[in-house]
Amino acid sequence: MNFPILSTLIFLPLISSFFIFLSKGKKNNFSAIYISLFSSLATFILSIFIWYSMDFSSSEFQFLEEQSWINNFIKFKLGVDGISILFIVLTTLITPICIVSCINSVKDRIKEFLIAILVLETFMIGVFCSLDLVVFYLFFEAGLIPMFLIIGVWGGPRRVYSAFKFFLFTLLGSVLMLAAIIAIYWITGTTDVTQIYEVKIPKEYQNLLWLAFFSSFAVKMPMWPVHTWLPDAHVEAPTAGSVILAAILLKMAGYGFLRFSVPMFPLASEYFTPLIYTLSIIAIIYTSLVALMQEDMKKLIAYSSVAHMGYVTLGIFTFTKQGIEGSIYQMISHGLISAALFLCVGVVYDRLHSRMISTYGGIVNYLPKYSFLFIVFALAGLGLPGTSGFLGEFLVLTGAFQKSYLVAMLATFGVVLGAAYMLWLTKRVIFGVTKNEDVKKMHDINKTEILMLGILTVLVIVFGFYPAPLIETFDISVNNLINNYEMAISSEGIK
Amino acid sequence: MLNNLNILLPEIFLTLSIFSILMIGVFIKESFNLIFNLSSAIILFTIAIILNSSNETEKVFLDSFTRDSFSNFFKILILIASLFVLNTSKVFIIDNKIRKFEYPIIILLSILGMFFMVSSNDIILFYLGLELQSLSLYILASIDRDNLRSSESGIKYFVLSALSSGLLLYGCSLLYGFTGSTNFDLIADQLIKDNKGAVFAMVFVLVGLAFKVSAVPFHMWTPDVYEGAPTSITSYFAVVPKVAGLAVLIKFMFIPFSNILSEWQLIIIFISIASMILGAVAAIVQKNIKRLLAYSSIGHVGYALAGVATGVISGYESSIIYISIYVVMNVGAFSCLYLLKKDGEYRENISDLSGLSKKQPLLAISFLVILFSLAGIPPLAGFFAKFYVFTAVIEQKMYALAIIGLLTTVISAFYYLRIIKIIYFDDSAISFDPVKNSVAKLSVLISCAILITFFLYPAILNNLVDALFIN
Repeated sequence: MNFPILSTLIFLPLISSFFIFLSKGKKNNFSAIYISLFSSLATFILSIFIWYSMDFSSSEFQFLEEQSWINNFIKFKLGVDGISILFIVLTTLITPICIVSCINSVKDRIKEFLIAILVLETFMIGVFCSLDLVVFYLFFEAGLIPMFLIIGVWGGPRRVYSAFKFFLFTLLGSVLMLAAIIAIYWITGTTDVTQIYEVKIPKEYQNLLWLAFFSSFAVKMPMWPVHTWLPDAHVEAPTAGSVILAAILLKMAGYGFLRFSVPMFPLASEYFTPLIYTLSIIAIIYTSLVALMQEDMKKLIAYSSVAHMGYVTLGIFTFTKQGIEGSIYQMISHGLISAALFLCVGVVYDRLHSRMISTYGGIVNYLPKYSFLFIVFALAGLGLPGTSGFLGEFLVLTGAFQKSYLVAMLATFGVVLGAAYMLWLTKRVIFGVTKNEDVKKMHDINKTEILMLGILTVLVIVFGFYPAPLIETFDISVNNLINNYEMAISSEGIK
Repeated sequence: MLNNLNILLPEIFLTLSIFSILMIGVFIKESFNLIFNLSSAIILFTIAIILNSSNETEKVFLDSFTRDSFSNFFKILILIASLFVLNTSKVFIIDNKIRKFEYPIIILLSILGMFFMVSSNDIILFYLGLELQSLSLYILASIDRDNLRSSESGIKYFVLSALSSGLLLYGCSLLYGFTGSTNFDLIADQLIKDNKGAVFAMVFVLVGLAFKVSAVPFHMWTPDVYEGAPTSITSYFAVVPKVAGLAVLIKFMFIPFSNILSEWQLIIIFISIASMILGAVAAIVQKNIKRLLAYSSIGHVGYALAGVATGVISGYESSIIYISIYVVMNVGAFSCLYLLKKDGEYRENISDLSGLSKKQPLLAISFLVILFSLAGIPPLAGFFAKFYVFTAVIEQKMYALAIIGLLTTVISAFYYLRIIKIIYFDDSAISFDPVKNSVAKLSVLISCAILITFFLYPAILNNLVDALFIN
């Protein structure tokens, strides 16, 4: 395969954003919307094509591209394997949905908004495609610029504070990773990920380097106690921004653990497992309790994201097949569910301009279609069997039970708390007595909204009953990951 | 002998042209435009001469003058930067009624001084070049002589700079006294650790050089002079003398002081860290954008010095790459300032920028790109500048310097973000008048295009810089 299909995938949104930039702005910017919708759908189809034409029986990286880049010592290297392709497809799926969602909700400067979304898409796909640490860092950090603008320009009243907090928290975590990347270059002589897998980083360096990577991923994930930027960012960001943040940006960190931390520093990963378990359990239980107390719908979903990401980190660091597959599954399913929940909040926010739970109540009497979809996603969010949310959590807990009963018990307790806040949210928003007269005047969801939410509903339910397409995609890659990890651990034990 | 003169061709041409346009300026009335255009032509012509000259290392006049790829690279960088700075500021100069025909001539004189600085292989020639440059800069700082602030900045710069030149000269004379020579190569042979007096002299020389590149703790003049001088001069100050100063600093470290690396390394590390921290922290509270850019330039010099502090060629190369990208960013940033005019007055307060994105989206997005690049956020060129420097620093296992440097980039990101916040997030306060300054607009676009597309082929600068240290 000589055609640079991954570069095409990465730069297609960027190039189309340039065309949007050139397009003449009419009153409602139809040309900008059409260009962005068309290009994001083309990107989606291309990514599906890549997924379809991949060989799942091999754990090797496929569609490799190499280009000499920084003065012959760092290569611009791209490639996908079973794990990364799913995140790429998730990205390309969520982006058109976001674009559709902002047609109604973004009134001001929609052209710039679409440019920001498409530029962000380029960087996000780049993160999941890159097989070189510097290229990864480049895309990982570059995503901050459009997201900062999305929150800051189109956000709510406290947008400045939130945008700054988001930017500076993430940057602070990431610069340490940059130092670690450069250090890896001088230790191993390369920043090519596949070569680093072979070289094996000496034991004495692993712990520090692992911590440097952890500082970046923990902020991005976000893990307790550095999660505080997330509720602020979510609350102030416009709907499309929240959706991208929850569905994709948070997954970069989980992906980073799987792609970099665990395979490159297996000994350190083993060493720091108790730390990860502790932080994950605190995230699951503490943030679930915090979510119970929220009065702002977006904040509640944001805290629930932190809790769900706790399962992801827990699953990855069980180093069992079930645990890791569960956490990947959980990331994909959370990408769909949280995106849908934020879209649901966006739908009512567009009508009443309030995110407060107390504003609503008894919606089911006036917006039946909306209420149905909302309940589906709320149930999926609490991990009801038959939805994709269940499978992820179930697999993670199965993995955790193999390692530690205590951790697994505590994590299971978190599932109950998850049910508590989600059901209580549903009770207060969807059911109950309508106190607010404005709620009665709301019209039910229109066709575009049904389209966006409907696609996500179908996916959530299909992947709840039929996980095979996803699991088959990453199965071999995960096996390979675990084998390499166990080899590294056991070879150290022999010494 | 004639061969020797051939090697000095760019300098000779520049000198003769300066004299001739000075004559033109004296004898022709209202000759600002003519002289200005002639100066640009002279700069272009000098670039052509240097590009045509060979990059072979040649030392002439008792080895006091070197022409090599190193000096040629810096001369071209100085010329290109001056060309942009001069032409973008033309409208500003005319608007502010400082259209004196001496203006471009003095700039050419300072370029001539810098030429001798970067080419010198001898303390005396180096000092003469430095003084020619400094004297021209004193005049430039106070060129708007009816303006109190401009005169003040000129005097302030003169007094402090004269002091630092004195220290530098004292260091030079000690150097001569303890090594018995004024030639860089001969000094290098004599200057060893045991030669305590010469090591002592090195400290004085370093102080003088640190002042010229405005590194902490010799930075005091920078914010005041930047703020007081007319913006056209500030942009020149922020870009061109920094390039020459860093070139000379690298040259001193590379040739005369190469044997006492362990002695000067700690000093440079301290200066570098102090500059990075002060540049990041002090800029946060600034209200005037020129003052802010002054502190930001102090911070950037800190990063460039971090590369020098490694004491190895890869580190020097990373510093040179850093300063080259810094030139592009600062030329762009100052060109933006030339486009902010309201009621015949150029605005300098950061708060005046508020809501710029609604009124002038193109200017706002260019400013955004330049600011993110200054903050070192990928994929813009500013990231690569920092990346190269920290790669060199970590190669030498100077982890503390690297970590402090990286953390200060986060702090400095804050004040760049603050400007972006004012441009993009705040409601618009004033709408600026349209400025007919197409050169400034062009230079903003060029600098943005370079900063954005740099990541496609970042090796281009490495290839250029790699050739500089072959000899």
